[in-house]
Amino acid sequence: MSSVFQRRRQKLLALKAMHSVSASVHPHSSEVCKNCGGEVPHRDLVAAGYVCPLCGYHHPIGAYYRLSQILDRGSFRELDEELASADPLDFPGYRQKLEKAQAKTGMNEGVVTALGRIGGMKVAVGVLDNRFFMGSMSAALGEKVTRLVEQAAKSRLPLILFSASGGARMQEGILSLMQMAKTSAALERFSRRGGLYISVLTHPTTGGVTASFASLGDIMLAEPGALIGFAGPRVIEQTIGQELPEGFQSAEYLLEHGFLDAVVPRSQMRETLIRLLKLHGKAGANRDG
Amino acid sequence: MAEYTAAERVALARNTARPGVVDYVQGLFTDFFEQKGDRLCGEDPSIFGGIGLFHGRPVTVIGHRKGKDLEERMACRFGMPNPEGYRKAGRLMDQAEKFGRPVITFIDTPGAYPGLEAEARGQGEAIARMLAKMSALTVPTIAIVTGEGGSGGALALGVGNRVLMLENAVYSVLSPEGFAAILWKDASRSDEACEVMKLTAADLLELGVIDRVIPEPVGGAHTDVAAMVRTLDRVLQEELAGLSRMSGHALFTGRYEKFRAMGAKALRKERT
Repeated sequence: MSSVFQRRRQKLLALKAMHSVSASVHPHSSEVCKNCGGEVPHRDLVAAGYVCPLCGYHHPIGAYYRLSQILDRGSFRELDEELASADPLDFPGYRQKLEKAQAKTGMNEGVVTALGRIGGMKVAVGVLDNRFFMGSMSAALGEKVTRLVEQAAKSRLPLILFSASGGARMQEGILSLMQMAKTSAALERFSRRGGLYISVLTHPTTGGVTASFASLGDIMLAEPGALIGFAGPRVIEQTIGQELPEGFQSAEYLLEHGFLDAVVPRSQMRETLIRLLKLHGKAGANRDG
Repeated sequence: MAEYTAAERVALARNTARPGVVDYVQGLFTDFFEQKGDRLCGEDPSIFGGIGLFHGRPVTVIGHRKGKDLEERMACRFGMPNPEGYRKAGRLMDQAEKFGRPVITFIDTPGAYPGLEAEARGQGEAIARMLAKMSALTVPTIAIVTGEGGSGGALALGVGNRVLMLENAVYSVLSPEGFAAILWKDASRSDEACEVMKLTAADLLELGVIDRVIPEPVGGAHTDVAAMVRTLDRVLQEELAGLSRMSGHALFTGRYEKFRAMGAKALRKERT
């Protein structure tokens, strides 16, 4: 089964995935958990998929690393990798910042879109990466998501999007805002054609991404403890003039308020997706070779 | 057209004397019946909507309401809707689709309300549903930015076949104050933000985000509301006549293509 090409694709994804997590860390060193402050040997953290073994905190992970955890080996085929922002408003300092982010992450934009297989089932999948401008919505990010949705519609594939975003890309102004309409319109069309869309919210998902494609899934999942909201906590505190309750806007809070189907730990994400794809059978998945 | 700076236009757009959706409904439509409630949990007065006749033809009208006096302003949270407001708007749009009525929206909001209850009841989800719903209507839809077009809370009523803007209205991803605070950690640099954000009607026409700029009376819409209404009446008749010639499929497809192309010039191919 495993062709030369599949092996090569797997190798490429593995390389990118390595770049996609803290690249500078020494393999024998320890890391301090951002959440509980506990010291965790690096290899234990890696073995747990960057979930703290002490407190269960799900550290944000890069898009390629996420894909390497979710997809069948050798099935990753990246789409529109070359798409990048053209600095449409000629915004002071934006170009330099983009170049820096590109150099740091090895990505051209804040989302990776791909075709691949999960449990043998073909899917269209996108993962936002918050190391790139906090996964904020640029026109290029909106375009990549929209193309993925359209590709899923055309090839009759189920669609899975992992969101992680700080909201709008300020440097692209109103064009950033318009991506909310563009992506939502594409998803509505996809939905009316019977397409299955599984939306997975990861830490943090806020602003325009929450108020567009991330909230439109047929199935809504989130990672434990993920911050999910429209307005940011600081803005809300300023508005209401009081501190927010513990756990406000967490994945568990959203589950309780009726906006999620399930909170799924990272270690169970792949098998949960396989189960959901199977449950939708031919309606969602396309099993052809 | 008077020449104002972007910051001056922001001030004009926010002028409390500026006419809003209720004034325009009184001036433009007859036999108006206001509809209330989202049929789920509440009524949000910051979204005003209902059915009226426009030159004898039934239309659905929806807009942000900022309120006239302090009491009403408070009740409307100064034009910042809660999820109930957006869900009411969605309900009215479903009815417009059912009964084949064109939808006309009047946009004037600083943004969706950033409150605790708003989040608990799914502000993000409410806006996302509106975007999806409005994008798929098969009736003519015309959105008019009349004052402040603030962020996703404005766009939720803005997915129109035609998007029009009053000459001194502004439309942006965030308020200039919020923009300056996020980008430069200094909200007092908002005038500077106004200039770089490209938020005036002329800027947005050039960017292809809006289709038409509607001239205002000298000094702004509030200086002569009757004249403003007359201009809007003429413009709406023209726009509605154009859209009424199109089939439901053409209206849906045309709107999809219009928003699909947003930001097409903002892309670049990077060597990999």
